[in-house]
Amino acid sequence: MNNGKRSIFLLSTLSFGLAFLYVPMIMLIIYSFNKSKIVAIWGGFSTKWYAVLFDSPEVWEAVALSFKIATVNACFATLLGTLAGLALVRFGRFKGRTLFSGMISAPLVMPEVITGLSLLLLFITLKEFIGWPDERGFTTITIAHITFSMAYVAVIIQSRLAGMVQDLEEAAQDLGAKPLRVLIDITLPLLAPGMVAGWLLAFTLSLDDLIIASFVTGPEAVTLPILIYSRIRLGLRPDINALATIIILVVAIGVLIAGYIMLRQQRQRELDLSMVAEEK
Amino acid sequence: MVNAAEYEDRPWLDPEAEPFIKVQSVSKQFGDFTAVDSVDLEIYKGELFCLLGGSGCGKSTLLRMLAGFETPSSGSILIDGVNMNDVPPYERPVNMMFQSYALFPHMSVEKNVGYGLRRDGVAVSEIEQRVQEMLAMVELSQFAKRKPHQLSGGQKQRVALARALVKQPKVLLLDEPLGALDKRLREQTQYELMNIQEQLGVTFVVVTHDQEEAMTLSTRIAVMDTGRFQQIGTPTEIYEFPNSRLVANFIGNANMFEGRVVENGQDHVIVESRHPECNFYVDHGMSIAEGSKVWVALRPEKVMISKQQTADGNTNTVKGMVHDIGYLGGTSTYRVKVGDEHLVEITSPNQLRPKDGNPPIDWDEEVYLSWEPSSSVVLVK
Ligand SMILES: Nc1ncnc2c1ncn2[C@@H]1O[C@H](COP(=O)(O)OP(=O)(O)O)[C@@H](O)[C@H]1O
Ligand SMILES: [Mg+2]
Repeated sequence: MNNGKRSIFLLSTLSFGLAFLYVPMIMLIIYSFNKSKIVAIWGGFSTKWYAVLFDSPEVWEAVALSFKIATVNACFATLLGTLAGLALVRFGRFKGRTLFSGMISAPLVMPEVITGLSLLLLFITLKEFIGWPDERGFTTITIAHITFSMAYVAVIIQSRLAGMVQDLEEAAQDLGAKPLRVLIDITLPLLAPGMVAGWLLAFTLSLDDLIIASFVTGPEAVTLPILIYSRIRLGLRPDINALATIIILVVAIGVLIAGYIMLRQQRQRELDLSMVAEEK
Repeated sequence: MVNAAEYEDRPWLDPEAEPFIKVQSVSKQFGDFTAVDSVDLEIYKGELFCLLGGSGCGKSTLLRMLAGFETPSSGSILIDGVNMNDVPPYERPVNMMFQSYALFPHMSVEKNVGYGLRRDGVAVSEIEQRVQEMLAMVELSQFAKRKPHQLSGGQKQRVALARALVKQPKVLLLDEPLGALDKRLREQTQYELMNIQEQLGVTFVVVTHDQEEAMTLSTRIAVMDTGRFQQIGTPTEIYEFPNSRLVANFIGNANMFEGRVVENGQDHVIVESRHPECNFYVDHGMSIAEGSKVWVALRPEKVMISKQQTADGNTNTVKGMVHDIGYLGGTSTYRVKVGDEHLVEITSPNQLRPKDGNPPIDWDEEVYLSWEPSSSVVLVK
């Protein structure tokens, strides 16, 4: 009796929550197939907005720019973030360590408007004194993205490194591996999953960023979020719905693949555990 | 050299033997905390030496200095006559087995075991052969292709041992090698460890906080407390002749009586204790002034308990009342109230079956406790 009540309650909460999350997206997808130019009125099924989208060179340029920035950003952020994470763990206990590791995660909670504004100020000042960057665009956006996404990578790496890795590195040294060898044989392979996760996170953060990019961009460089936002300001448009639908599709496929890989790993782990248990 | 055979199992007694490891007034400070406080130690070839002490007393730090992961703040460490102070871990003739085992999770068992040989540039065919031999020795041949997470705790422990031994180090350092195993497996593995050590003749330095483990395994034990050695000796020496109350209490149980030396003879001392009131006749002479404050340690199993008074003038006897009995099957532990409040613990083998269900000695019975003059030890600190 009690159980039945609770399950009805749980079920309705769950469906309400899910609806809250997904109804807007579903509406967006439906309206991307709307024949009518007026967004809120259904004028029959059509894929013409997709055709419009594919014909527009502006959109393709924005997509290309965003991917270029995201890729370069992800690579640099992973490199720098890994080094920062390594350094934080490796130095062990030193005075001011808490302050230092707090400082590295500050960009995670800093309002983006402030990050954007301060970076813009930095670029303007730099131009004043050393004449670089002479023009804002790809380079400045990429640098800005690296500064905040490397913080995320550093945090991921730090959490992976904490604990066992020091023992493993010492064990390798004990068995005759010089420091560089230890890095290649032990540290990097163990960090690889963290670095991949960090790379993906940095990539998405960059792809998604509107605020910081609009602060530090110039007139020439239009990233995908900036393009979408500027068009929306002129009124809702069905071709943007089509673009958003494609983005949702790409993200969904990515999530599904990641989920599948994780599920397989989990299965494998359970299999291994049951194997160990049987032998005992 | 005439005496070489005589000292074979006890090289530390041989005045001509050269210690294999020499630790010379080594200290280690972390900030202003002293983890190891100017210790001296000599370990001989082929020994199975235990560093025994409670958690945080500096055992691991000392072991890590031998391995080269920590540098001494002062003092020096010599292994086989070579000063190790400036030798990095990857060039020392020692290998370490880590408390966490530290198996490389991304390598199979055979890759783990062969790692050290690959780093030394040993030929591939030889690596294969030596890894196989090692795995056969620890009975893991059929697990060669597995990854560490596919092994049980005991198997991981053996992989770690094989990996540390395959390079044929002069010294093997083991940090709590059995700490992560359950009790049964630990006892079984103790003997395996001893067999392997004997078979290979490698010098073992083992860190442990488990006194039974140390007693079973070692040729000699160093009892450590707050960064210093309290006593170094064979298990028997440390158990029978502890040099302080701390050691007596740490290794096994001991009844401790505070008293005063009232007579210091050629071959005996008499200690008068007030709580409980009795005199201890101890048959080892010692250089101590009459009237000094001392403690007498008496092991529970060295006390005889009986309902009749034994008529022997030489032995120490007191009268008491049984307060508690703990029946453990093979032995029983009695706690006997002597005087007003002092409880003396006695362990005694249960040689006779209880008659009609009645134990030979019952609660609240009056009993006599007695012990040989050679059974107790006088401690000055
Ligand atoms: N790297 C370090 N930095 C600061 N203190 C340390 C470090 N390593 C060990 N210590 C301290 O030194 C003491 C002894 O540690 P350890 O040798 O690991 O003890 P144990 O006898 O339990 O193995 C402990 O109090 C520990 O906190
Ligand atoms: Mg320890």
